Amino acid sequence: MKTKEAEERVMLWIMRFAALSIVLVLGLIILSILIRGLPSLSWDMISQIPKGGFYYGKEGGILNAIIGSLYLSAGATLLAMIIGIPAALYINVYAARHDRMAAAARFFLDLLWGVPSIVYGAFAFSMMILLGMRTSLLAGIVTVALFILPIMIRAIDEVLRSVSPGLSEASYALGATRTQTAFRVLVKQTMPGIITAILLSFGRAIGDAAAVLFTTGYTDHIPTSPDQPAATLPLAIFFQLSSPIPEVRDRAFAAAVVLTLIILIISLLARWLSHKYEKRRIKF
Amino acid sequence: MDPILSIQNLNLHYSGQHILKNINLSIPDRKITVLLGPSGCGKTSLLRCINRLTDLHEDVKLSGSIMMNGQDVLDRNMDVNELRRKTGLVSQRPYPLPMSIFDNVAYGMRIHGERRKSVLKEKVRHYLGKASLWDEVKDRLNEPAGRLSIGQQQRLCIARGLAVEPEIILADEPTSALDPMSSRSIEEEFVRLKKDYAVIMVTHILRQARRIADHVVFIYMGEIVEQAPAEEFFSNPKEERTRMYLEGLFN
Amino acid sequence: MRPFSKIRDKAAWLWMLGSMVLVLIVPVLIAYGLIAKSTPLFQDNLIVDILMGSDWKPVRGSFGFLPFIAGSVYVTLMALLIATPLCLLTAIYLTHYARKRTLRLMHPIIDILAGIPSVVYGVWGILVIVPLVSDTIAPMFGVSTSGYTLLSGALVLAVMIIPFILNIMIEVMRSIPEELTESSMALGATRWQSVKKVIMRKAAPGLASAVVFGLSRAFGETIAVLMVIGNVPKVPASVFDPAYPLPSLIANNYGEMLSIPRYDAALMFAALILFVIVLLFNLASRFFITRYEMKQKGTLK
Ligand SMILES: Nc1ncnc2c1ncn2[C@@H]1O[C@H](COP(=O)(O)OP(=O)(O)O)[C@@H](O)[C@H]1O
Ligand SMILES: [Mg+2]
Repeated sequence: MKTKEAEERVMLWIMRFAALSIVLVLGLIILSILIRGLPSLSWDMISQIPKGGFYYGKEGGILNAIIGSLYLSAGATLLAMIIGIPAALYINVYAARHDRMAAAARFFLDLLWGVPSIVYGAFAFSMMILLGMRTSLLAGIVTVALFILPIMIRAIDEVLRSVSPGLSEASYALGATRTQTAFRVLVKQTMPGIITAILLSFGRAIGDAAAVLFTTGYTDHIPTSPDQPAATLPLAIFFQLSSPIPEVRDRAFAAAVVLTLIILIISLLARWLSHKYEKRRIKF
Repeated sequence: MDPILSIQNLNLHYSGQHILKNINLSIPDRKITVLLGPSGCGKTSLLRCINRLTDLHEDVKLSGSIMMNGQDVLDRNMDVNELRRKTGLVSQRPYPLPMSIFDNVAYGMRIHGERRKSVLKEKVRHYLGKASLWDEVKDRLNEPAGRLSIGQQQRLCIARGLAVEPEIILADEPTSALDPMSSRSIEEEFVRLKKDYAVIMVTHILRQARRIADHVVFIYMGEIVEQAPAEEFFSNPKEERTRMYLEGLFN
Repeated sequence: MRPFSKIRDKAAWLWMLGSMVLVLIVPVLIAYGLIAKSTPLFQDNLIVDILMGSDWKPVRGSFGFLPFIAGSVYVTLMALLIATPLCLLTAIYLTHYARKRTLRLMHPIIDILAGIPSVVYGVWGILVIVPLVSDTIAPMFGVSTSGYTLLSGALVLAVMIIPFILNIMIEVMRSIPEELTESSMALGATRWQSVKKVIMRKAAPGLASAVVFGLSRAFGETIAVLMVIGNVPKVPASVFDPAYPLPSLIANNYGEMLSIPRYDAALMFAALILFVIVLLFNLASRFFITRYEMKQKGTLK
């Protein structure tokens, strides 16, 4: 029976090839974006807003989209934090008492986890029509916040859940209330993990195109108030890529590089933080 | 009688740590050789050397020789799958395969190329009988093995191991997950099995060793301290460390 | 306790409860909103005509969703067909053959792949996949195309869902005790035989959950697919035809939806289909993973 050894050897090569191809694809993605986009990336590109209209004007850069994206993602992340952190604490502090309730909340959130952003976008757009609102930074912030909420809550929840119940019990034993325990003990103890979860949510917010498409609009200018429309990096790529003018397409590719770099930095930062966090966590 | 297995100058390192130190040991056929020693002394590791399960770990260094049927087990060119067929392993806890009772026993035979239904049926029956499980499961052969009690699962694992027709049975604390009743019956099982097989059984339970051992090997911190026929070992230990262990001073 | 801190405690509790309630209410609102908005579509169209009809002429009031449903189903299934074997093989390799270090190195790569925005995948698709399909793959089959095809969409989508499927598959494989592999190998099976006959069987529900999860991600993916799939509202007859999945339909037409009667209802119905399908898939995925966990516990007992 030598065939089974031969079969294993063949399969092993196929498996190696599969794993390698995934690594290569990632390399290829980043490489192709950089090769096409880096030559267009100059100081002017990231420090100027487009001149003569983003779709037809050959001059100017993508500052509008960079700033717009930062406003939008920071706003959405903040809003999501205001709701998400307490909701995650609720699951772990109050609902934890009744196992069923915590499980039900988690189950519900998991169901929502994969709801595509375009559904949020379409829904928000129809609400905006109903209320007579126009596209604006604020509308985008609210929509994206709703979209990243389930992701953020579940990520924070996983972090909180990893703290053993011993810690909260020790805190109760000292006479602390549930709320005090939630904020002073749980949050403090898991701070790096929570920051990681927030960073990842920020990454989701800044990379999403489908939800902002309907709600945030697009403009050449940097918004000065939340009721103005705003440009975002994903849409800067999406819109300008289809332009017949090469200089405009270059702006799209440059924006792709900027967005990719932002995501890479967030990803590495999150990894670094969670590594530190693994080491520092008190084990009971 | 010639030993069925003869270990010479066996050394094992796990990630630079010297786990087994210069082991020299002969295993007689159709006897129960008990490996005795406190937990962490290297008993499991020694068993894993014999069927080369050590290959599954990273950063392992093995030297010396383990002769079996005139062949060195540790030889690079050794057919490890054939070796493992010849050395049936019964582990500390039963791990039934995620399939029916019948398929659990037939699994190894199928792996080794037996396809004939009638032969499989006959052998499954035979080896379940040999493991004293046939009467209990003959009406539920198609049920998932996970539904058996732990004691029954351990018997199933024994039957599964016997079905590939090994020459040696390696048992690593086979009763440690079982209740006293099932432990006793598994022990008796091994006493029956030694009529046909060489058995190497690891235990750290002294009374169990006394009950079933023909030959005892006492291992301490990766070294063989003393080995002797059971009677002699328990009645008249030569080494100071053995005496201390027998008096329960290590545990 | 001082009264002040009691009030503060109460306020914090209300805040947590309010947040939780809000989070639970939003999806209900979305479902309600989408249903309410899409009902006008059914006033003078039969549901059968809408779901099974392939005539899409909003100006004339005919809304046949078949091309879009077919586009979504085809591109999703093709992406899964490509991604699943790749992920399965890689997960087996990483958990059963590779050194532990390789697995550790692989984790950041998977994370980065998961984090790359959809639109960047779209750019990559336009730069690499579309030319690959039009210049290399299609000519091999004697077809000439622009490259903006179902196949391009499926390839890009496959790469996008790989990190999600792979991550779960690795977790599932890692949760199976090593001793089970060893039990099988101790009987003389090779590692591959053990994986094929024992581990995969044990992991089956978990692996199924991973695939269904990938399915739900793929089904709602919008921008990247839209950028490479051609967007022609016809049921594609071959992989080298363009297709038009549901998310693209919504994204491409939201601007005009108010100028044509019932158009907005049609687009909201498309969103509703996406919402319901994704919820169903997620439900199925949860079902499989729960079964898997129960199975694990059942045998450990
Ligand atoms: N895979 C491994 N890698 C590193 N060290 C190991 C491994 N397996 C066992 N050891 C070490 O080898 C020593 C002996 O272990 P083991 O053979 O399991 O002892 P016993 O079975 O006698 O309790 C222990 O110190 C253990 O920590
Ligand atoms: Mg042991």
